[in-house]
Amino acid sequence: MPAPSGVVNAIYSTVIRRNFGFLGVIFLGAFATEIAFETTANSIWNSINRGRQWRDIKHRYMEQDE
Amino acid sequence: MPVVSLEYVFEMSSLRATRALGAAKSGATRTAQRNASSQSSSESAGSWKDTALLGSSTAFAIGSVSWYYYQFGRPAYAMTPQEEGLHPPKYPWEHEKLYKTFDHGTLRRGFQVYREVCSSCHSLSRIPYRTLVGNMMTVDEAKGLAEENEYDTEPNDEGEIEKRPGKLSDYIPNPYKNDEAARAANNGALPPDLSLMVKARHGGCNYIFSLLTGYPEEPPAGAVVASGLNFNPYFPGTGIAMSRVLYDGLVDYEDGTPATTSQMAKDAVEFLNWSAEPEMDDRKRMGWKVMAVGGVLFALSIWIKRYKWVNVKTRRLLYDPPTTGPNRPDNVTVGSAFRK
Ligand code: HEC
Repeated sequence: MPAPSGVVNAIYSTVIRRNFGFLGVIFLGAFATEIAFETTANSIWNSINRGRQWRDIKHRYMEQDE
Repeated sequence: MPVVSLEYVFEMSSLRATRALGAAKSGATRTAQRNASSQSSSESAGSWKDTALLGSSTAFAIGSVSWYYYQFGRPAYAMTPQEEGLHPPKYPWEHEKLYKTFDHGTLRRGFQVYREVCSSCHSLSRIPYRTLVGNMMTVDEAKGLAEENEYDTEPNDEGEIEKRPGKLSDYIPNPYKNDEAARAANNGALPPDLSLMVKARHGGCNYIFSLLTGYPEEPPAGAVVASGLNFNPYFPGTGIAMSRVLYDGLVDYEDGTPATTSQMAKDAVEFLNWSAEPEMDDRKRMGWKVMAVGGVLFALSIWIKRYKWVNVKTRRLLYDPPTTGPNRPDNVTVGSAFRK
């Protein structure tokens, strides 16, 4: 197998080549993907439903308490 | 062609008969002509019979199918239209769209309508106060509401059951002690629990909205309304024990929305939809996420399948015959499969 070049090569030989590193990449990747996906999906959802959800109207009723 | 065979030919098939007829005509003998003319008239008689047979069997087929449909295929209505009730029109509910949540301002108003109007007759027994928090009320508001009611305590050391103010975990109290009391107070009719009402009736939101706003000033001429009942065309049977309850300006909305009859009905109905499907907002949002992730995974699975199969799909099996030596095809002689 021809050795991967440049950055890929560096990452491969420093991190992925070791099993621990490989596992770490998978776990961190999963967390990062999850957070990124949830954040974008929820912000799209909240903008489609702007003004309809409790989060959009609660300030009207919260302020009275303070 | 000899005339004798003509009749035989006619009986065989019309195609050959036509050809034979042509031959007979071109033969132009007297007999042939007479025969031909008589044959051609018998041919037209045959086609008349064919047409009649075809027509009558088609008519019979259509007739028997429609008779069968008439007997067994029509929808059977167990009820008269009056017993069925007027079907409600379809309203463009915003919250029923696949990508829309409930309008929680509407829910708050709808809950107010329930508390101020419906709750004197209808229970909402599946809704605890805690579910209102973060949906249409703040914690303090919901706690305050719960505390307005008294609930039984657990038995104390002496086995006495005392009263305590409500907590968030308590359920909205019933207006009547039991169904019998509810019946007795409503002319014998039980006001049903409203928690799942939107799911429990055909037409859901449309039906309840139409029911609440559908009371005419007076029943139409000729309508029979039993005593104690009210006329409502949307209610199956048209005689309903609940009278019209919503009138313009009945409640005072804190957000300044004009409290027309239809506004209150709309708010109450959306609130009842929430009480029947409190999970709807999350369900829709989760559904979209599942479709997004599922879509990516599906595309990936297709790609992986193609990736794995590419060797198999592009493989070609070639026969490469030896070009030299005794087994070269042109060298092989008798008995060989490659004999030239
Ligand atoms: C005065 C008491 C009373 C009030 C107030 C009242 N209802 Fe009713 N409701 C009844 C009774 C009684 C019935 C049963 C009617 C029947 O079965 O003929 C009923 C039936 C219903 C039904 C069921 C109809 C069906 O198809 O079976 C719905 C839905 C309903 N009410 C909604 C409401 C809503 C929403 C409100 C508040 C805006 C409300 N009601 C206020 C007494 C009341």
